[in-house]
Amino acid sequence: MVPLSWYLILGAVLFVVGIAGVLLRRNVLIVLLSLELMLNSVNINLVAFSHFFGDFRGQIIAIFVIAITAAEVAVALGVLVALVRNKATLEVDEVTIMKG
Amino acid sequence: MEQAFFLLIATVAVGAGIMVVAARNPTHSAMALMVCFVQVAAVFLLLRSPILAVIQMFVYVGAVIILFLFVIMMLDVQAEARTRFLKKGVTVTIVGICLLGGEMFALLLGSDLLFAQSLNLLPDQMSSVRGLGEVLFTEYLFPFEVASVILLAALVGAIILTRQTEEGG
Repeated sequence: MVPLSWYLILGAVLFVVGIAGVLLRRNVLIVLLSLELMLNSVNINLVAFSHFFGDFRGQIIAIFVIAITAAEVAVALGVLVALVRNKATLEVDEVTIMKG
Repeated sequence: MEQAFFLLIATVAVGAGIMVVAARNPTHSAMALMVCFVQVAAVFLLLRSPILAVIQMFVYVGAVIILFLFVIMMLDVQAEARTRFLKKGVTVTIVGICLLGGEMFALLLGSDLLFAQSLNLLPDQMSSVRGLGEVLFTEYLFPFEVASVILLAALVGAIILTRQTEEGG
Protein backbone atom coordinates (compact mmCIF):
# COMPACT_ATOMS: atom_id res chain seq x y z
CA MET A 1 0.00 0.00 0.00
CA VAL A 2 1.62 3.21 -1.18
CA PRO A 3 0.80 6.23 1.01
CA LEU A 4 -0.96 9.22 -0.52
CA SER A 5 1.91 11.56 0.25
CA TRP A 6 4.27 9.66 -2.07
CA TYR A 7 2.01 10.35 -5.03
CA LEU A 8 1.74 14.01 -4.12
CA ILE A 9 5.51 14.32 -3.79
CA LEU A 10 5.98 12.67 -7.20
CA GLY A 11 3.49 15.16 -8.65
CA ALA A 12 5.29 18.09 -7.02
CA VAL A 13 8.71 16.94 -8.29
CA LEU A 14 7.43 16.57 -11.84
CA PHE A 15 5.72 19.98 -11.60
CA VAL A 16 8.94 21.69 -10.48
CA VAL A 17 10.91 19.99 -13.29
CA GLY A 18 8.27 21.12 -15.78
CA ILE A 19 8.26 24.70 -14.55
CA ALA A 20 12.08 24.78 -14.79
CA GLY A 21 11.74 23.73 -18.43
CA VAL A 22 9.08 26.37 -19.16
CA LEU A 23 11.06 29.19 -17.56
CA LEU A 24 14.63 28.31 -18.53
CA ARG A 25 14.65 26.82 -22.02
CA ARG A 26 14.80 28.95 -25.16
CA ASN A 27 13.27 26.52 -27.65
CA VAL A 28 9.49 26.94 -27.99
CA LEU A 29 9.03 23.21 -28.61
CA ILE A 30 10.73 22.29 -25.34
CA VAL A 31 8.60 24.87 -23.54
CA LEU A 32 5.48 23.15 -24.89
CA LEU A 33 6.80 19.69 -23.93
CA SER A 34 7.50 20.93 -20.39
CA LEU A 35 3.96 22.31 -20.24
CA GLU A 36 2.66 18.82 -21.00
CA LEU A 37 4.80 17.49 -18.15
CA MET A 38 3.25 20.02 -15.74
CA LEU A 39 -0.30 19.09 -16.80
CA ASN A 40 0.53 15.42 -16.26
CA SER A 41 1.81 16.02 -12.75
CA VAL A 42 -1.50 17.71 -11.94
CA ASN A 43 -3.30 14.63 -13.27
CA ILE A 44 -1.31 12.43 -10.88
CA ASN A 45 -2.52 14.53 -7.96
CA LEU A 46 -6.15 14.42 -9.13
CA VAL A 47 -6.18 10.65 -9.60
CA ALA A 48 -4.36 10.06 -6.31
CA PHE A 49 -6.95 12.05 -4.38
CA SER A 50 -9.73 10.33 -6.32
CA HIS A 51 -8.36 6.93 -5.33
CA PHE A 52 -7.75 7.72 -1.68
CA PHE A 53 -11.05 9.44 -1.05
CA GLY A 54 -13.08 6.89 -2.99
CA ASP A 55 -14.61 9.51 -5.28
CA PHE A 56 -14.84 9.37 -9.07
CA ARG A 57 -14.82 13.12 -9.57
CA GLY A 58 -11.04 13.38 -9.51
CA GLN A 59 -10.73 10.90 -12.36
CA ILE A 60 -13.41 12.74 -14.32
CA ILE A 61 -11.59 16.05 -13.95
CA ALA A 62 -8.39 14.29 -15.05
CA ILE A 63 -10.21 13.08 -18.18
CA PHE A 64 -11.29 16.66 -18.91
CA VAL A 65 -7.72 17.88 -18.36
CA ILE A 66 -6.50 15.32 -20.91
CA ALA A 67 -9.15 16.43 -23.44
CA ILE A 68 -8.33 20.12 -23.03
CA THR A 69 -4.61 19.31 -23.28
CA ALA A 70 -5.16 17.58 -26.61
CA ALA A 71 -6.98 20.68 -27.91
CA GLU A 72 -4.27 22.96 -26.55
CA VAL A 73 -1.48 20.98 -28.21
CA ALA A 74 -3.23 21.05 -31.58
CA VAL A 75 -3.72 24.83 -31.47
CA ALA A 76 -0.25 25.53 -30.03
CA LEU A 77 1.51 23.50 -32.70
CA GLY A 78 -0.61 25.21 -35.36
CA VAL A 79 0.46 28.61 -34.03
CA LEU A 80 4.06 27.37 -33.95
CA VAL A 81 3.99 26.25 -37.57
CA ALA A 82 2.46 29.57 -38.64
CA LEU A 83 5.07 31.45 -36.58
CA VAL A 84 8.00 29.57 -38.10
CA ARG A 85 6.57 30.15 -41.57
CA ASN A 86 6.50 33.91 -40.97
CA LYS A 87 9.49 34.50 -38.75
CA ALA A 88 11.78 31.42 -39.03
CA THR A 89 12.75 31.31 -35.38
CA LEU A 90 12.02 28.91 -32.55
CA GLU A 91 13.52 30.91 -29.72
CA VAL A 92 11.13 32.39 -27.19
CA ASP A 93 12.99 35.65 -26.62
CA GLU A 94 13.13 36.48 -30.31
CA VAL A 95 9.37 36.34 -30.81
CA THR A 96 8.55 39.98 -30.07
CA ILE A 97 6.06 40.75 -32.84
CA MET A 98 3.41 41.96 -30.37
CA LYS A 99 5.81 44.21 -28.47
CA GLY A 100 4.61 47.43 -30.10
CA MET B 1 6.01 -4.88 -3.17
CA GLU B 2 3.75 -2.12 -4.41
CA GLN B 3 6.03 0.46 -2.81
CA ALA B 4 9.04 -1.00 -4.64
CA PHE B 5 7.16 -0.74 -7.93
CA PHE B 6 6.14 2.82 -7.13
CA LEU B 7 9.73 3.81 -6.32
CA LEU B 8 10.98 2.26 -9.57
CA ILE B 9 8.30 4.01 -11.63
CA ALA B 10 8.80 7.33 -9.87
CA THR B 11 12.57 7.23 -10.37
CA VAL B 12 12.24 6.55 -14.08
CA ALA B 13 9.55 9.24 -14.41
CA VAL B 14 11.60 11.93 -12.69
CA GLY B 15 14.74 10.94 -14.61
CA ALA B 16 12.86 11.16 -17.90
CA GLY B 17 11.37 14.50 -16.82
CA ILE B 18 14.84 15.90 -16.18
CA MET B 19 15.92 14.54 -19.58
CA VAL B 20 13.04 16.48 -21.20
CA VAL B 21 14.32 19.74 -19.75
CA ALA B 22 18.04 19.08 -20.16
CA ALA B 23 18.31 17.39 -23.57
CA ARG B 24 19.92 19.36 -26.35
CA ASN B 25 18.01 17.77 -29.20
CA PRO B 26 14.21 18.34 -29.24
CA THR B 27 13.70 14.82 -30.59
CA HIS B 28 15.41 13.40 -27.51
CA SER B 29 13.19 15.61 -25.36
CA ALA B 30 10.08 14.24 -27.06
CA MET B 31 11.21 10.64 -26.61
CA ALA B 32 12.04 11.27 -22.93
CA LEU B 33 8.59 12.78 -22.47
CA MET B 34 7.11 9.63 -24.01
CA VAL B 35 8.96 7.51 -21.41
CA CYS B 36 7.66 9.83 -18.69
CA PHE B 37 4.06 9.49 -19.95
CA VAL B 38 4.30 5.69 -19.96
CA GLN B 39 5.49 5.85 -16.35
CA VAL B 40 2.59 8.12 -15.44
CA ALA B 41 0.23 5.57 -17.02
CA ALA B 42 1.82 2.94 -14.75
CA VAL B 43 1.20 5.25 -11.76
CA PHE B 44 -2.47 5.41 -12.79
CA LEU B 45 -2.55 1.61 -12.80
CA LEU B 46 -1.09 1.60 -9.28
CA LEU B 47 -3.90 3.97 -8.34
CA ARG B 48 -6.45 1.40 -9.63
CA SER B 49 -7.77 3.55 -12.46
CA PRO B 50 -7.13 1.42 -15.57
CA ILE B 51 -9.36 3.53 -17.80
CA LEU B 52 -7.20 6.60 -17.20
CA ALA B 53 -4.05 4.58 -17.89
CA VAL B 54 -5.52 3.53 -21.23
CA ILE B 55 -6.58 7.09 -22.06
CA GLN B 56 -3.11 8.32 -21.09
CA MET B 57 -1.47 5.81 -23.43
CA PHE B 58 -3.84 6.57 -26.32
CA VAL B 59 -4.00 10.34 -26.07
CA TYR B 60 -0.54 11.30 -24.82
CA VAL B 61 1.76 8.56 -26.09
CA GLY B 62 -0.26 7.82 -29.19
CA ALA B 63 -1.36 11.27 -30.27
CA VAL B 64 0.36 14.17 -28.54
CA ILE B 65 3.95 12.89 -28.76
CA ILE B 66 3.47 11.80 -32.36
CA LEU B 67 2.12 15.27 -33.18
CA PHE B 68 5.21 16.82 -31.57
CA LEU B 69 7.49 14.48 -33.53
CA PHE B 70 5.72 15.40 -36.77
CA VAL B 71 6.20 19.11 -36.08
CA ILE B 72 9.87 18.57 -35.14
CA MET B 73 10.33 16.67 -38.39
CA MET B 74 8.56 19.40 -40.40
CA LEU B 75 10.37 22.37 -38.92
CA ASP B 76 13.99 21.16 -39.11
CA VAL B 77 14.89 22.33 -35.62
CA GLN B 78 18.49 21.16 -35.75
CA ALA B 79 19.75 24.50 -37.00
CA GLU B 80 17.79 26.33 -34.33
CA ALA B 81 18.36 26.34 -30.60
CA ARG B 82 22.10 26.66 -30.58
CA THR B 83 22.01 27.68 -26.95
CA ARG B 84 19.85 25.66 -24.65
CA PHE B 85 18.99 28.08 -21.88
CA LEU B 86 17.94 31.71 -21.71
CA LYS B 87 20.70 34.25 -21.30
CA LYS B 88 19.03 36.92 -19.23
CA GLY B 89 17.66 36.53 -15.72
CA VAL B 90 18.66 32.91 -15.18
CA THR B 91 19.66 33.37 -11.53
CA VAL B 92 16.40 35.13 -10.67
CA THR B 93 14.44 32.36 -12.36
CA ILE B 94 16.36 29.61 -10.57
CA VAL B 95 15.82 31.34 -7.23
CA GLY B 96 12.11 31.61 -8.02
CA ILE B 97 11.89 27.93 -8.96
CA CYS B 98 13.72 26.93 -5.76
CA LEU B 99 11.35 29.08 -3.69
CA LEU B 100 8.32 27.53 -5.37
CA GLY B 101 9.63 23.99 -4.96
CA GLY B 102 10.59 24.60 -1.34
CA GLU B 103 7.17 26.03 -0.61
CA MET B 104 5.39 23.07 -2.21
CA PHE B 105 7.48 20.51 -0.31
CA ALA B 106 7.16 22.41 2.97
CA LEU B 107 3.38 22.42 2.55
CA LEU B 108 3.28 18.73 1.60
CA LEU B 109 5.62 17.46 4.31
CA GLY B 110 4.28 19.82 6.94
CA SER B 111 0.66 18.76 6.71
CA ASP B 112 -0.14 16.23 9.40
CA LEU B 113 -3.56 15.71 7.91
CA LEU B 114 -2.09 14.12 4.82
CA PHE B 115 -0.17 11.50 6.74
CA ALA B 116 -2.50 10.88 9.64
CA GLN B 117 -5.66 10.37 7.64
CA SER B 118 -6.78 6.77 7.55
CA LEU B 119 -8.65 6.69 4.30
CA ASN B 120 -11.23 4.03 3.72
CA LEU B 121 -11.22 3.20 0.07
CA LEU B 122 -13.53 0.91 -1.80
CA PRO B 123 -11.28 -0.93 -4.24
CA ASP B 124 -13.92 -3.02 -5.97
CA GLN B 125 -16.21 -0.15 -6.65
CA MET B 126 -13.49 2.35 -7.48
CA SER B 127 -11.73 0.33 -10.14
CA SER B 128 -14.86 -0.20 -12.20
CA VAL B 129 -15.25 1.57 -15.50
CA ARG B 130 -19.00 1.31 -15.08
CA GLY B 131 -19.11 3.53 -12.02
CA LEU B 132 -16.92 6.13 -13.71
CA GLY B 133 -19.14 6.14 -16.77
CA GLU B 134 -22.28 6.51 -14.67
CA VAL B 135 -20.93 9.62 -12.95
CA LEU B 136 -19.47 11.02 -16.18
CA PHE B 137 -22.61 10.65 -18.24
CA THR B 138 -25.12 11.78 -15.62
CA GLU B 139 -23.62 14.38 -13.32
CA TYR B 140 -20.93 15.64 -15.72
CA LEU B 141 -22.85 15.36 -18.98
CA PHE B 142 -22.84 19.09 -19.73
CA PRO B 143 -19.06 19.55 -19.21
CA PHE B 144 -18.58 16.48 -21.41
CA GLU B 145 -20.54 18.13 -24.22
CA VAL B 146 -18.62 21.38 -23.73
CA ALA B 147 -15.34 19.45 -24.00
CA SER B 148 -16.45 17.98 -27.31
CA VAL B 149 -17.26 21.48 -28.62
CA ILE B 150 -13.83 22.70 -27.46
CA LEU B 151 -12.17 19.82 -29.32
CA LEU B 152 -14.12 20.70 -32.46
CA ALA B 153 -13.08 24.36 -32.16
CA ALA B 154 -9.44 23.32 -31.70
CA LEU B 155 -9.67 21.09 -34.78
CA VAL B 156 -11.02 23.92 -36.94
CA GLY B 157 -8.56 26.42 -35.44
CA ALA B 158 -5.54 24.20 -36.08
CA ILE B 159 -6.57 23.67 -39.71
CA ILE B 160 -7.11 27.40 -40.30
CA LEU B 161 -3.84 28.37 -38.61
CA THR B 162 -1.69 25.99 -40.61
CA ARG B 163 -3.44 26.49 -43.96
CA GLN B 164 -1.32 28.10 -46.64
CA THR B 165 -3.26 30.79 -48.43
CA GLU B 166 -2.79 31.38 -52.13
CA GLU B 167 -1.34 34.86 -51.70
CA GLY B 168 1.43 33.31 -49.62
CA GLY B 169 0.18 34.27 -46.14
